[in-house]
Amino acid sequence: MKKKLGIYICACGGNISDYVDIEKVKDAVKDEDCVILAKTTMFACGDSNQKDMDADIKANDLSGIVVASCSPKLHLTTFRAVSERAGLNKYNYVHANIREQASWAHSDNKTGATEKAILLVRAAIAKARLAESLEPIVIKSRRSVAVIGAGVAGLKAAISLSRMQDEVFLIERENRIGGNLANLDTISPENISGKELLIRLEEDLKKEKNITLLTNSEVVGNSGNIGDFTLTLKISGSEGSTTKDIKVGSVLVATGFNSYIPADGEFGFNQIANVITLPQFRDILRNADSKKFVFNGKVINSVAYIYCVGSRQVKGENKYCSRYCCTAAVQASLDLKKKYPDIQNYHFTKGVRTYGKQELIYKESNSAGDIYIQFLDKKPPIVTELDGAISIKAGDLLSEKKEIEALADLVVLVTGMVPDKDTSIGSLFKLPKGRDKFFNEIHMKLRPVETVIDGITIAGTCQGPKNVMESVNSALSAAAKSHSFVSKGELELEPIVAYADKSSCNWCNACSDACPFNAISKIEAEGKEVASINKSTCKGCGMCLPVCPTDSIELISFTNKEMESMIDVLAQ
Amino acid sequence: MDKRSVKILVFSTEKISDPAIDMAGLLKLHYPPQVYTIAVRCSSGIKPRWIMRAFEKGFDGVFIAADGSDCSFGESCTEKTGAIVEKTHIMMKEKGIEPSRLRMAALCSVCSESFVKHVKSFNELLLKPEN
Repeated sequence: MKKKLGIYICACGGNISDYVDIEKVKDAVKDEDCVILAKTTMFACGDSNQKDMDADIKANDLSGIVVASCSPKLHLTTFRAVSERAGLNKYNYVHANIREQASWAHSDNKTGATEKAILLVRAAIAKARLAESLEPIVIKSRRSVAVIGAGVAGLKAAISLSRMQDEVFLIERENRIGGNLANLDTISPENISGKELLIRLEEDLKKEKNITLLTNSEVVGNSGNIGDFTLTLKISGSEGSTTKDIKVGSVLVATGFNSYIPADGEFGFNQIANVITLPQFRDILRNADSKKFVFNGKVINSVAYIYCVGSRQVKGENKYCSRYCCTAAVQASLDLKKKYPDIQNYHFTKGVRTYGKQELIYKESNSAGDIYIQFLDKKPPIVTELDGAISIKAGDLLSEKKEIEALADLVVLVTGMVPDKDTSIGSLFKLPKGRDKFFNEIHMKLRPVETVIDGITIAGTCQGPKNVMESVNSALSAAAKSHSFVSKGELELEPIVAYADKSSCNWCNACSDACPFNAISKIEAEGKEVASINKSTCKGCGMCLPVCPTDSIELISFTNKEMESMIDVLAQ
Repeated sequence: MDKRSVKILVFSTEKISDPAIDMAGLLKLHYPPQVYTIAVRCSSGIKPRWIMRAFEKGFDGVFIAADGSDCSFGESCTEKTGAIVEKTHIMMKEKGIEPSRLRMAALCSVCSESFVKHVKSFNELLLKPEN
């Protein structure tokens, strides 16, 4: 029976329509064979469009759907679910990626992007004409999760997973847990110290029977797929190192961040004595116990804080805001004032970002007499030595760019977050990174803790700068997502398996030799020896296809007809 | 050859190289729009007849964005994809098609810049009169 197809072209709120003329795309495909409905939509994934698709499928008795929108990694499952809800087998849905592979890739060439989008949609239509109804393959999934990194995010995620009755391997490369949390003093706005929070988490951890804590352990090997990963751990001990394999259904990566280390000479760092970073300042302040605040033999009466060092860089690579550092610097200056009330604080900022409840400590700091100077983005403060003190000069945006000079005994560079310098986990799991070099989620808003690698989630600051509260939020979210991969004990996989045409097959063993999963065996059929492919062990890689001398093997959804119909369209 | 008419078909892989090509778009690393991608499960599952079909129908070049050592289906992927290219080169020669019009390179899931570099240089190669 001839297919009845519905086509939806998404504007993606301008992400596509700013570069691709979506009306032109619609007009170019609306009269294609089998197409009985073609529409443009502002957001194909939006609730209202999903309802329209549901109604269209039912009203027009559609037997296939094509949505041209973002990458299928993002919304293939969304539109398959729409199809299912409307009573259409989800494998009759075909996705055309006209955002990542057209509008964004060719944002410099709108005509080219539009022409390409038209062909991509036509190719998807060609495939949809041939698509068949299928049932998913169900596999067993191990009810266990590896959490890599035992900082605040890893700890919260591990505890959360354990409470959902999953077996958890909490893997930490250091000999202690806590990561950067142990080095934090007052955490705003709750006024709890990092140490206190860590003690609470340690107590929670001890209560969990499902967690195996592995310190001094690094993940050095990875094989398998979602539901059944094998990780090889290198565990260091007093008598050398040993290796151990663990098997898990999902992996949650929470490897944290490093603090930005300024370059020599950056605001006088490593060149002028008493120019230090915020983490160094916190250490010194924590250990200061004399009546006067003394550093490097000098009594400190005034402190200048220079914000956004290593973040929001105009010339450097780190364009991002590190989110936590404004609050951390204001809090540190308040902690200093509590200990030494007579010290004068000067804050040289690019605009204070103590968002949400953290604004309260900014107010408190102002009330305490701290002075805030907002310097221009393109004119960072100039730090020089002057008569035994340090001079900080900057144009103040709030007083018509008038140059203001402060003399301070100590300069604190408010350094931001940078990705973990140990890149081994990213390389091992091939986790995509964004422009900021932190690990990339599939979608910031819609799939914020999933990666393109099935079964691997990310949490905390390995994904980008976050404060403690945000790290905990993302950890709980990633734990819930990893739990969803393993909790049912089984997973639905694509029913993409190979099959052999017994009439043309003359057993030669080539397909069996090529199969890495021993899924192909020789059977007697139609009076001869032929190949038989086991559906439950075939993983759908297709390695058996090109080696067959009689071209007797096809892969579901990637048949010669489907592939060649797409090639023919794209060649036009 | 008219510069605008150069067409390249890319066979990417769903889990490894296609995410890299997506990320090239995300990062707005531009490349010629006449580069079209069809994602397959694994680069060692590409049939030579599909590549030949692409040439027959008018593609100027075919680029296999192979899984390489990252292939989740097995370590033999690079070798098997190489064998496909070798087999197809023979078929191309028989049809009088210059073997350099089929190119293969391993691309990992984050090799966006590498992808763009490859397709741009392939595009340049195909623009040369001898191709």
